[in-house]
Amino acid sequence: MARGDYGLMIDYRFCSGCHACEVACKKEHDLPRGDFGIRVLQHGPHETSDGVWEYDYVPLPTHLCDLCAARTAEGKLPSCVHHCQAGVMVYGPVEELAAKAKKAEATTSAQMVIYPR
Amino acid sequence: MEYNNEYNLDLYPKKLRWKEGDLNATRTTMWSGPGCHEGCQVIFYTDDDGKLVKVEGDPNSPFNQGRLCMRCLELPELVNHESRLKYPMKRARDERGQDTWERVSWDEAYDIICENVRKFQQESGPESIISMIGTGRNVSQVIAHNQYANFGGPDLTLCFLSGDSCMLPRTALCYVVMGNQWVADMSQFRENRYEKDEDWVVPECIVLWGTNPVVCNSDAFLGHWIVEAMKRGSELISVDPQLTWIGSRAKYWLRLRPGTDAALALGMMNVIINEDLYDHEFVEKWCFGFDQLKERVQEYPPEKVAEICWIDKDLLIEASRFYAKAKPSTIQWGLAVDMSKIGTQTALAIADLAGITGNIDNPGGNILIDQAGGLEFGYNSGIEYLKEGMVEKRLGNSKYNLKKYGFTASSQSDAILDAIDTGLDEKGDPRPVRMLWIQSSNPITNMGQDAPRIYRAMKKVDFICVIDMFMTPFASACADLILPCAMSNERDCVRVWFDPIRSLTKTGSYYEAKEDEQIMIDLGHRLSPELWPEWVQTPRDYMNWRMQNAPECRYDSMEELEDAGGWHYHPFRYFKHEKGLLRPDGQPGFNTVTGLYELAPVLFDSWGDDPLPFYEEPPSSPYSTPNLAEEYPLVLTTGKRSFEFFHSEWRQADTTSRELHPVPYFDIHPDTAAKYGIAEGQWAWIENQMGKCRQVARYNSTLDPRVISTEHGWWFPEKQAAEPELFGVFDCNPNNLIPMGENGPSGYGAPIKCSIAKVYPSTSENMATENQPTYQVTRGSGYTHGPSHKTDTPSFYDGIK
Ligand code: SF4
Ligand code: SF4
Ligand code: SF4
Repeated sequence: MARGDYGLMIDYRFCSGCHACEVACKKEHDLPRGDFGIRVLQHGPHETSDGVWEYDYVPLPTHLCDLCAARTAEGKLPSCVHHCQAGVMVYGPVEELAAKAKKAEATTSAQMVIYPR
Repeated sequence: MEYNNEYNLDLYPKKLRWKEGDLNATRTTMWSGPGCHEGCQVIFYTDDDGKLVKVEGDPNSPFNQGRLCMRCLELPELVNHESRLKYPMKRARDERGQDTWERVSWDEAYDIICENVRKFQQESGPESIISMIGTGRNVSQVIAHNQYANFGGPDLTLCFLSGDSCMLPRTALCYVVMGNQWVADMSQFRENRYEKDEDWVVPECIVLWGTNPVVCNSDAFLGHWIVEAMKRGSELISVDPQLTWIGSRAKYWLRLRPGTDAALALGMMNVIINEDLYDHEFVEKWCFGFDQLKERVQEYPPEKVAEICWIDKDLLIEASRFYAKAKPSTIQWGLAVDMSKIGTQTALAIADLAGITGNIDNPGGNILIDQAGGLEFGYNSGIEYLKEGMVEKRLGNSKYNLKKYGFTASSQSDAILDAIDTGLDEKGDPRPVRMLWIQSSNPITNMGQDAPRIYRAMKKVDFICVIDMFMTPFASACADLILPCAMSNERDCVRVWFDPIRSLTKTGSYYEAKEDEQIMIDLGHRLSPELWPEWVQTPRDYMNWRMQNAPECRYDSMEELEDAGGWHYHPFRYFKHEKGLLRPDGQPGFNTVTGLYELAPVLFDSWGDDPLPFYEEPPSSPYSTPNLAEEYPLVLTTGKRSFEFFHSEWRQADTTSRELHPVPYFDIHPDTAAKYGIAEGQWAWIENQMGKCRQVARYNSTLDPRVISTEHGWWFPEKQAAEPELFGVFDCNPNNLIPMGENGPSGYGAPIKCSIAKVYPSTSENMATENQPTYQVTRGSGYTHGPSHKTDTPSFYDGIK
């Protein structure tokens, strides 16, 4: 499989900012203090001019993310995906992720990001 | 969901143990400590020495479905932590607060305990020995059974938590109203979850009342179940003084003033009843007291309630309509309900709201639930061993009808603290408190209000034994003997709070740390051998003994349960009141005096208490104490949760928790911060007539500018254990500002989330050692105070009465 074939898809509409992905990754890769394979960024809470409160967490894989190569070779899900408390992370071939994103967007107004790796 | 992942279940066989590379995998359940209320199903990976290497969520589990919080993922950090307690240790009584611990053997520790217990039993009666527990820990059955069978005293309590203000006010109230207790239905009591359960219905409306469920996971309810319901279309109403992440996804956010929840519920019922949106059929067929309630809610028109709660009237009306019209609607309530002086009345108001809309024991509504398989593994374990007349001696019970007439499984901590201070019970009769047995609780850090008063009172107790995982500030300051307890992965155990019944299988041990069960059993054979079968020698024996004695439990041993996959769901049925499944006589109806869902409990009436919900101002507030509020203008709410911690746990400096969350934060509106000269990220003092603490300012523009919100449970294990440093325990503790003994008419509830304070920036002048609360409490007589402070001992009533 070539670089960029596989990736992570995250529906951050339902990401609760629980840090489970961050810690799952740190543990899987035994990362030292300060290092993260994925970081959960926060936007808001912020009241926009139209009176809507925006408050989103958006997980961002770093250069240390190897898509859990060792785990996925064994047939396991990446550790962040396995443990995501809101069940909003998906691992797979990028084309499949894009198709799923399209379908989910149409039915549940998801907020999707896809990170090819 | 369209995009869900498929776990490869071949790699997670449904058996107890298997090998995975070099590691041994064990599928089991995680329950404190460390931990939380839940009992998620996990796979522990250990090396050949039994050392815990990593943790994964069990994808077979209907409960957590493979998922885990960050704390279970970082679990090996604490389990293998160098600073864990390794051996029993004793310290001379007059050296409390000093680091002069001396290692002893378990036999010597047991001798010390037995000697003291026998002495106190003889000299002052078994009632002079009191056991105290932390919240929802996996020692609920152990501490009770040990207290009642081995020590023989009647008092078991949530460790100095004023007014038992955690779940117990709601639970006691529910037993009066419906003879049972309810919880929001997320299909959690069925093995097939969500749409796979053909009976379950997605709630159209979920009210999150005083809870941030994804963060706190309280009361055996996994918060992310709500997120699953949201994905399936549920709309939310968030009742919260601040906008939480989940609240930002809500259809309605009711930003109420802390402590005004009862008024809000009464106002919502005013709208629902007056607009004829209530469920006529359920009310006529199953409810008692509707006419009285209808009259009472007239005192709470939306205009008035909006003013009390600091919310918008139209929003209140719209949210009320939405809640009443949605089918089904459910309420998931949280700690904020308990943490006002009128905790019981607040719970009654909310229970009535669910009742009049008929959302009771219906799919997707509020469902009635008991413990799994009829096993009593809670605070009543072993109560049958108490000698006659003992229960009546429970401290505080004679003062409060709810407790006097049995709607309690515990004693009131406020009355216990009074007894320690005065040597008298609530009737004024002599009542020496000679020994405290404190299991998994750290009250001056975390759970006890007026922490300095608790600290001072402990000096009067002859013997204090603490059982914990680490040297805590409380143990360092107050204990004479400390026993190291095993962590969750080091215990054989069964969990039944609520369904499913789950097994915990031991996968290792740490130095000489022992299971809480083992300590109880060892003491039992020494202190009351007649109550302990000879063959019950290990925690596993104990579990098997208890299971065999519970006729409804379908397993007779832990092994059977482990072989069956480690959990079992008992059949859960909806509409139990229609089917005669709630009452001992098998008749339809609820297990109450009238057989109905009592909106105005007849017991309250017969005791001379107000049977209807009402609202009363918090004991200190801008309205109840306007003069005091001139000096302390802000409303203070406390106990904001974060993912990184469970109460005072996980504070060790080298944990991932502290990496992500290094210091205590209090939330303040940026305008308020600017007004008082406080910058974001700056330490600031929070102070009122009782005391002060300091935390780091974090801007939060979702708060009403008149409200601030603090965290709790902070201590600094990296600091010295000995006084005056004492892990910095009082420095950041908002309980310095909150009283003990300010309880409502039921004895339940305390103003823990609704007091008042002022804030001011920390400066080099006010940050000196002598200004730090820990130094002031351990070395001086108390705090340095403003002009309202008139006595030597800071009091809640300075400036009030
Ligand atoms: S896929 Fe693996 S390496 Fe990448 S962020 Fe997730 S846990 Fe870390
Ligand atoms: S684990 Fe899932 S829900 Fe939690 S922060 Fe990461 S992406 Fe968000
Ligand atoms: S709720 Fe979180 S911390 Fe508690 S047992 Fe489950 S995963 Fe662990």
